[in-house]
Amino acid sequence: MAVTLAARRTAPRRPDRRSDGMSAISGVRSSGFWFYLIPGLLLFTFIIFIPLVWNVYLSFTDWRGIRPPEFIGLENWIELLGDAKFWASFRNSLAMIVAMVIVPTLLGLVLAALLFDVIGRKFGGRVASFLRATYYLPQILPVAIAAIVIGWILRPDNGALNTVLESVGLGELQHNWLGSPDTAMLSIMFVMVWVQIGYPVVIFMAALQRVDPELYEAAELDGASWFQRFRFITVSAIRPEIFVVTLTCTIAALKVFGPIYALTGGGPGTATIVPSYYSYIEFFQSQQVGYGATISTALTIVVVVVAIGFIRLQVRSERAEGQR
Amino acid sequence: MSDIKIENQTTDAALPAGASAADAGTVPLVASRVARRPGRGGAPGSRRTRRDWVWLGLAIVFGLLVAIPFFIILVNSFKSPTDYNTSGPLLLPKELYFDGIVTFWNRVDFPEKLWNSFLIAGSVAVLAVALSVLNAFALGIGRVKYRTGILLLFLLADLIPQEALLYPLYYMFKSVGLYDTQLAIIIIFTVIQAAFGTYLLSSVFGTFPREVLEAAALDGAGKFRTLVRVVLPISKGTLSVLLIFFFIWTWNEFLIPLTFLVSNENQTVPVAITLLQGDRLMDVTTTSASALLGVIPTLIFFLIFQRTLTRGITAGAVK
Repeated sequence: MAVTLAARRTAPRRPDRRSDGMSAISGVRSSGFWFYLIPGLLLFTFIIFIPLVWNVYLSFTDWRGIRPPEFIGLENWIELLGDAKFWASFRNSLAMIVAMVIVPTLLGLVLAALLFDVIGRKFGGRVASFLRATYYLPQILPVAIAAIVIGWILRPDNGALNTVLESVGLGELQHNWLGSPDTAMLSIMFVMVWVQIGYPVVIFMAALQRVDPELYEAAELDGASWFQRFRFITVSAIRPEIFVVTLTCTIAALKVFGPIYALTGGGPGTATIVPSYYSYIEFFQSQQVGYGATISTALTIVVVVVAIGFIRLQVRSERAEGQR
Repeated sequence: MSDIKIENQTTDAALPAGASAADAGTVPLVASRVARRPGRGGAPGSRRTRRDWVWLGLAIVFGLLVAIPFFIILVNSFKSPTDYNTSGPLLLPKELYFDGIVTFWNRVDFPEKLWNSFLIAGSVAVLAVALSVLNAFALGIGRVKYRTGILLLFLLADLIPQEALLYPLYYMFKSVGLYDTQLAIIIIFTVIQAAFGTYLLSSVFGTFPREVLEAAALDGAGKFRTLVRVVLPISKGTLSVLLIFFFIWTWNEFLIPLTFLVSNENQTVPVAITLLQGDRLMDVTTTSASALLGVIPTLIFFLIFQRTLTRGITAGAVK
């Protein structure tokens, strides 16, 4: 994969952008290839496109799932704007962004640089890849299972954390971690940091392979501190990957569902409600399908806007880079 | 135009990302290159300062922090609840106690859930790779009209939250009688995974060496023959990486399987385990055992696939 990346970097301009109706095989027209797209486009239409449009339509209806939906115009959307629970769910999404984007990216940068720059060089690549694999372990778990693992440790009555606190004489710190409003969100955030941390480390380390090791050597000889090398060599070299990681993780953070379902059910109160969970309970517990559709449509809009915003930002920064 | 370029970049980098394990083999390569650099010493470790050891210590401590939850779940799954209550969560079990695991194994009918997950994830992986290949063949090599717009649609499909499809899908599959069937899950995830696969493969196929395609055309190969005899063998490495990722991603899916698979005998491993949390039977160590059973399959995939992925990628690098 690193190879594909490198190849793209050296030859950024794709030669064949013109739409001359010809395929990559000379003398063979593009139109003959439509046949190969038929199954994909058909399936895409039925599984993605129609449901998506339908869901947007449902956001303008009142529907209990049984009798036909009743068109009510903007009523759901107006209700949504005044719905404290909905805003609480987006505030909690911000907490998810802290836990899944900001903390893992910063920590991941430091860890990747540490593994690559110090441990890989001084102690060998084996040590570095072993540590990297360890950091990555939680990332392969189904996220609901990861939540159950941490949730087990945080059990209120006889959970591992409370028991350990007790036995080292910190009994007064014992807490119903997932059950009290002040720590429930923090506990979920902790789960997500644990799950997420390996992802940036792995991407950043792969990206660092592009960096010429001589650069570090030269900087070191010039008396650059570790932090200076980190900032001016590491971070600037892997900026595209930092973009990719923050984009993909932000979108993932907006979509979190499994851990909330497995651990807190959005509670206590609205302490850990997130948009996707909120729409899920509107769909299947309250049977307010129209309102659930409104929440999920709002979430979709946010996700798409965030993605477009990120990509624009990156284009602009690349352009600025190019002009320098 | 530039937007397109960026998106390609996103996918290029996103795979190794998810892939993580994928490049495990390439790091030693780099390390050895570093070690071979002209200069004193040669072997890594020739100039380790005290500070380097401190850094190593910190990195190891962090690794332990990440690994401790696994360790805690492992040791406590083999304790009796009494043992747990007396010796606490950190000590090794006094004697190996299998009742927790056996109880949960039987309660959840673990072999059945494993098979369900395997069937769903395996079918999706194969079908989604096939579908991605067909799409990418038309888009990347066929360069059909409107391909940029079509690619953007596939990207969108990859981006939108599943909640935005959930209720309509639920309703549609219910009305055709496929609700609560594994086939429904297979169809849905084949399309969702293929959206990503199409996106990635189209950019890979877009850079496919023209000479090879032309040689095939000169030999009189038609489109289908070119696809099967030329394109597929050359992109085998990428395809097998995609296959493995589709498998693992589908195995780990939660929301849609949770919604669709209401009958116990159809459920996947993560769904069945999550739904049993808080069940009457679940004493403290049985719950730990349930988490352990959820962890083990993916841990095994990690160990098996790490090698395959490395092989795929180094093979690709040689070319």
